[in-house]
Amino acid sequence: METLANLGDGFAIAITWQNLLLALLGCFLGTIMGALPGLGPSNGVAILIPLAFTLGLGATPSLILLTSVYYGAMYGGRISSILLNIPGDEPAMMTCLDGHPMAKKGLAGEALSLSGVASFVGAFFATWGLILLAPQLVKIALLFGPAEYFALFALAFMTLGGVSSTNQAKSAFAAALGLGLATIGVDTQTGVPRFTFGEVHLYDGLDFLVAIVGLFALSEVFIFLENRHGGSDAEGKKLVIGRLYPPMSMLKSCTPTMLRTSFLGFVAGVLPGAGASLGSFISYSMEKRLVDKENTFGTGDPRGVAAPEAGNNAAAGGALVPMLALGVPGSGTTAVLLAVLLALNITPGPLLFTQNPDVVWGLIAALFIANFMLLAMNIPMVGLFTRVLMIPSRILMPIVAMVSFVGIYGISGSTFDLMVMIGFGVMGWGLRKLDVPLVPVILGTLLGNAMENNLRRAVTIDNGNWWTLVDSPLSLALWAIAIIGFVLPLIVGARVKARMHARRDQEGSISD
Amino acid sequence: MSDRIFGVVGVLLAIGYVFAALAIEESFLSDAVGPKAFPLIIAAILGLSSAVIALRPDAEPSWPALGRLMEIGAAVIVLIFYAQMLPVAGFVIATAVAAAYLAWRLGASVFEAALTGIGTSVGIYVIFHLVLGLSLARGPFGF
Repeated sequence: METLANLGDGFAIAITWQNLLLALLGCFLGTIMGALPGLGPSNGVAILIPLAFTLGLGATPSLILLTSVYYGAMYGGRISSILLNIPGDEPAMMTCLDGHPMAKKGLAGEALSLSGVASFVGAFFATWGLILLAPQLVKIALLFGPAEYFALFALAFMTLGGVSSTNQAKSAFAAALGLGLATIGVDTQTGVPRFTFGEVHLYDGLDFLVAIVGLFALSEVFIFLENRHGGSDAEGKKLVIGRLYPPMSMLKSCTPTMLRTSFLGFVAGVLPGAGASLGSFISYSMEKRLVDKENTFGTGDPRGVAAPEAGNNAAAGGALVPMLALGVPGSGTTAVLLAVLLALNITPGPLLFTQNPDVVWGLIAALFIANFMLLAMNIPMVGLFTRVLMIPSRILMPIVAMVSFVGIYGISGSTFDLMVMIGFGVMGWGLRKLDVPLVPVILGTLLGNAMENNLRRAVTIDNGNWWTLVDSPLSLALWAIAIIGFVLPLIVGARVKARMHARRDQEGSISD
Repeated sequence: MSDRIFGVVGVLLAIGYVFAALAIEESFLSDAVGPKAFPLIIAAILGLSSAVIALRPDAEPSWPALGRLMEIGAAVIVLIFYAQMLPVAGFVIATAVAAAYLAWRLGASVFEAALTGIGTSVGIYVIFHLVLGLSLARGPFGF
């Protein structure tokens, strides 16, 4: 009952003209960014963060705008998967398998609208899951002391590579690099400058927003330049949509699939180290085992379109649970959303629910509203978004680069930050070429200070006794999960990855 | 080979990081852990993982030909120049030039590139500055 009352308050916050308009704008921009190959959810949110700040938006409106972009991008990714057989972002990869064959059979419109409905179902149930699960997780998290938090951060880093990671050394390298970058600046506890080399600009530390925009958005521009990929993927192809509503029989036959995969995707999203890509992958594989009696999966079976779409949208909602309840994100895009919270001086984690209930419940209400908006946008108006696919990247990429610069300059007005951003862009390009994941780098720069502070607090409370870190059953359990999460991919990682990334390209570095 | 070089660079980075960490001046007001311990732990992870990368390299990534590398290098120089010129030339002019350059290098014709540059720059100026009121760099002409 209390939950419903909270949710009611949330709707009261979310339903203002400003917030509704922001949600609409976010959904629209998000769908476009999801649809365009090369701009995924993490990229899209990263570019728009500076915009949210420079507009002077408060915490709740900024989060509404950016999570609408996040949900929208999850919807949009399917459009180019179905029409062009090119995933618009990584989680939409599995949608290609049955979506494109359907389009080839002349059922493009049905595939698009069915996947829109599936996305809606997945996101809708995941948002309910978020409401029910997050407060329970908060209760556990309130038992955490500094030592447990330190273990939790370690868990987040050790599992971030994900089950599909093949090279844990590179994931560990990326995390250490990010944490190392976070130590630059004046030490918060003693006030001594560290690793600043006398550069005054570095005393405040590196701004993580600069790092995020550089690593995600700018490195993408360099990748396009490297491949001289200036055209549009849709050039020379006819995008015929056909009818825009799926027949009732198709919806009916897909309903059990959608419900099952929504649940599965949500669980995958909540678990550390899984995320939306894995959510859609296991959803598809499970449905294939369960209902594919006539071997129609892969040849344009509607259930093969519904499964991964419900799965990845549910996972997107699930990934918000650890981010909001624990302050520890499990995926790239939620890491970027965490950056928003931190930059707004809001500490995520259990206290968020007691200290800023307006932010949490306003956000959750906005997710429901955004989800309905997205359904409305994605079925009748899908033709509009398919036209976006015609924009060639020689026009799109300069716009992306310039908006990144404007955003960062708008926040700080400093040329130094722009130079740092270019540096991060080059670094991001190099790391992507070397197949080093970028998400741990981001998470390291974001959480480095909190992680160090918890470590020092824990040890100081216990008078310099380092064994305090593994002194309670709770922290021992967290360390055990962390170690399993780190070792497991060494055993099964190669197999999962090979099956998941049969058609993988460099976009994998910004996986979600 | 790339991974071996990368790993060695990583190890060197870790060593450099250790030296920089040891050079941190301790404050007289320190906690039980001090400002050096955490960086030293990070350096250990950085060094270990780099060593593993060097010893067990992945398959060689597909590096672009020299020409494409120069392309990226040139773009980086243009962007650095853009960042420096922003307060001098003003937002609209600097952005138009930089966006046009990127469009041209991505394969647009000269005319199309110029149009993209001007369109991007004026578009951002109108939306972000005139509509949303964001302060952009002002050049000699006030825009």
